[in-house]
Amino acid sequence: MGENKIIAYVRNFRFKDHSLGMAFIILVIIATIVGWPNFLKVRNLTNILRQISYTGIISLGMTLIIISGGIDLSVGSMTAFVGGISIFFLNLFGPTSTMGIVLTFLFALVFGSFCGALNGIMVAKFKMAPFIVTLGTMSIFRSLIQYFSNAGTILSVNMGYGTLGSSSILGLPTPVWFFVIVGIILHVLLNHTSFGRYICATGSNEQVAKYSAINVAVIKFFPYVITGFTVGITAIMWSSRLNCINPSDCAGYEMDAIAAAVIGGTLMSGGKGSIIGTMMGAVMLGIINNMLVMGGISAFLQQAVKGFVIIVAVLLQYNNGNK
Amino acid sequence: MSERATLLKLEGIIKEFSSVRVLDRVSFSIQEGEIMGLIGENGAGKSTLIKIICGIYQKTDGVIRLGGKVTEIPDYITAKSLGIGIVPQEFNLINYLTVYENIFLGSELHKGLLLDKSAMRKEAEAQLKLLKMPLDVNRMVSDLSVAEKQMVEIAKAMILDARILIFDEPTTTLTAVEIQTLFDLMRKLKQKGVTILFVSHKLQEILTICDRVTVLRDGKLVSVDQVKGLSSQILAKKMVGRDFNQVFPDKIDSTGKELILEVENLCSGSLLKDVSFFLRKGEILGFAGLVGAGRTETMEALMGLRKAEKGAVRIEGKPVRIRSAKDAVRHGLGYISEDRQGKGVVMNYDIPKNISLISLKEKYLKCGLIEKAKEAQAAEHYMKEFRIVAASKKSQLRFFSGGNQQKVYLSRWMDTDPKILILDEPTRGIDINSKKEIYEFIHRLAEEQISCIIVSSEMEEIIGMCDRVYVMREGRVAGCLEKNQVSEENIVFQATGIKRV
Repeated sequence: MGENKIIAYVRNFRFKDHSLGMAFIILVIIATIVGWPNFLKVRNLTNILRQISYTGIISLGMTLIIISGGIDLSVGSMTAFVGGISIFFLNLFGPTSTMGIVLTFLFALVFGSFCGALNGIMVAKFKMAPFIVTLGTMSIFRSLIQYFSNAGTILSVNMGYGTLGSSSILGLPTPVWFFVIVGIILHVLLNHTSFGRYICATGSNEQVAKYSAINVAVIKFFPYVITGFTVGITAIMWSSRLNCINPSDCAGYEMDAIAAAVIGGTLMSGGKGSIIGTMMGAVMLGIINNMLVMGGISAFLQQAVKGFVIIVAVLLQYNNGNK
Repeated sequence: MSERATLLKLEGIIKEFSSVRVLDRVSFSIQEGEIMGLIGENGAGKSTLIKIICGIYQKTDGVIRLGGKVTEIPDYITAKSLGIGIVPQEFNLINYLTVYENIFLGSELHKGLLLDKSAMRKEAEAQLKLLKMPLDVNRMVSDLSVAEKQMVEIAKAMILDARILIFDEPTTTLTAVEIQTLFDLMRKLKQKGVTILFVSHKLQEILTICDRVTVLRDGKLVSVDQVKGLSSQILAKKMVGRDFNQVFPDKIDSTGKELILEVENLCSGSLLKDVSFFLRKGEILGFAGLVGAGRTETMEALMGLRKAEKGAVRIEGKPVRIRSAKDAVRHGLGYISEDRQGKGVVMNYDIPKNISLISLKEKYLKCGLIEKAKEAQAAEHYMKEFRIVAASKKSQLRFFSGGNQQKVYLSRWMDTDPKILILDEPTRGIDINSKKEIYEFIHRLAEEQISCIIVSSEMEEIIGMCDRVYVMREGRVAGCLEKNQVSEENIVFQATGIKRV
């Protein structure tokens, strides 16, 4: 029985269906060769994971938004905004205690979700174009945090806060744990719950969803809230890593988050995508960056390579979609 | 007829898609100034054939002769320059351009580098006048009715002095009256010497308008006949390849049965004005009328998909309030939309996901997670019951024929265990065998005491299936016909307010 299954699997195996996994393996092999022997060192690998986890966590929520047929350009500014306000909260309510840090974390999750809900209401309730709405809030969040910080660094006074950001659990940095855990939760949400099913249906064809007694507004609203929640996690992880927030921090996060989703096979037109794919996409982006650094290629060229990879990923999607 | 010159001759046309032969040595010729019918079931190769004539597809083998000369048609632009025009089934008009801009789309007139708008307006006006179509060339296409859009398509095909005009199932979206107008127009074109290839799967239309008819079946030519002396039975037999006895099952008499649904004074904006009707248990009720008469809007308002300002709804005697489609489903209503692809099936979902879309929460959740095995089981059950033909239940719906998509769509609503099922144009664009299966299915539902409402522009369907018919006109119920009052003449009279002469 088991043997038959394996034979059937091998027989039905088509490279086209596993292009992402193939690309991942090829990339790891190339990186291993380019970065020999440093690439495969545990320290390097955990470092890559830490680097990608900040935008990676956000890209998980972003995936849901894109599948639902939307986009969120405001996540970078939102991270800086939520992070900055959270440090204010920490300095005000818990400048010395560990309890203060816990409360601040909860506050960031709630506040992030709230910011996401603002985007969600405008998109779902008032039926505005997601691109425009989040382009607007992107400016608003950025401007507000610059105003509140007087364009200077917002420092945390709680000495314990910084240890959270650099902490590790069982050898893996804390943000990586969040990346993995949120990834698993959202994967189950997307593939095994009615809510996930409805997100895909809505993104694929909103009219069909409406005519199938699905409350389309609610379905379009919650991905933004979830993304706000993931922004809250990243805001705490990032600001506690540096023990401060600069009002210009986290610019361009939206691009990394969108890129991870697209490389992972999420359709920009909505209706289809996978959380596992996005996680692989995020890790691949990290590996590429790492490889370029180790290969001694100018940091200024890294963005160009990233852009190239995104275009190729979309090109592959486009070709598959036509078949 | 035979003294006419042959205009277009097809010799042994073969077309293969990745080694599947969809057209197998098809040969026939069309004479100058005739209306040639092209008929066949869905998948018989009609569309493929006309796409080859228009240069959209390339033939695998065979010869096309135009006016005796061997002609290659590599693309649609060449076809246009050769005088071949097409009125497509799905309109290819740009909504945010005006009538004349659409007519000249792709063949704009220029004055130097700039567009010569006044010349285009004038010529478009002249063209429409020639075709006796009362249409303002400056109107936006988005404001036009379906019939008017079709006029624009015809004018667009004619603007380059087309000698051969191909109509690809033009009547699918038209009502009886609009079809008459179209036929008058086709006769006029014929008088002007235009040759017409009329593609359809409606037998009666072919018999009404065509001089000769070509029948295709499974990619092969069955026959080319003079229409005179043909009957729809003979034609149907040729088309399907076997005796095609009765399409419609026997009618069900539900007089005197208790009322299951009562709707009173339903109003919605300017579209619905005091619509009232009732439905009995196990009844098959018809809704007839012209496109835009408010039939679909009535059903959408009933289903909570459209805001209704006023109106009372009673189900099994109890007053209910339906504010959303969810409420409607809870009260046992089901609605199969006329727009199967736009509002019905999810194209990139497989069969189980499509079927469980509405009943997901009620039937397939365990601790908040979807039970995929149960979902797959349900899908297999429906595939058997409705004879859904698919390579696998995991194939995406976009690879399905219209008939199979419709069956999946029906399965989704059957899975909600409805008491009342509303079917809006249930057989639009599907082949004759699937049609028959759907009629039989509706009949079976009624026997099981599930009430059905059929909204349809196909007169035969309404007359063949329904024992009682409401006719709508301009947002109102114009009348209710019962039993032997249900006839084409009465329906047209109620729908238009004019007696036919």
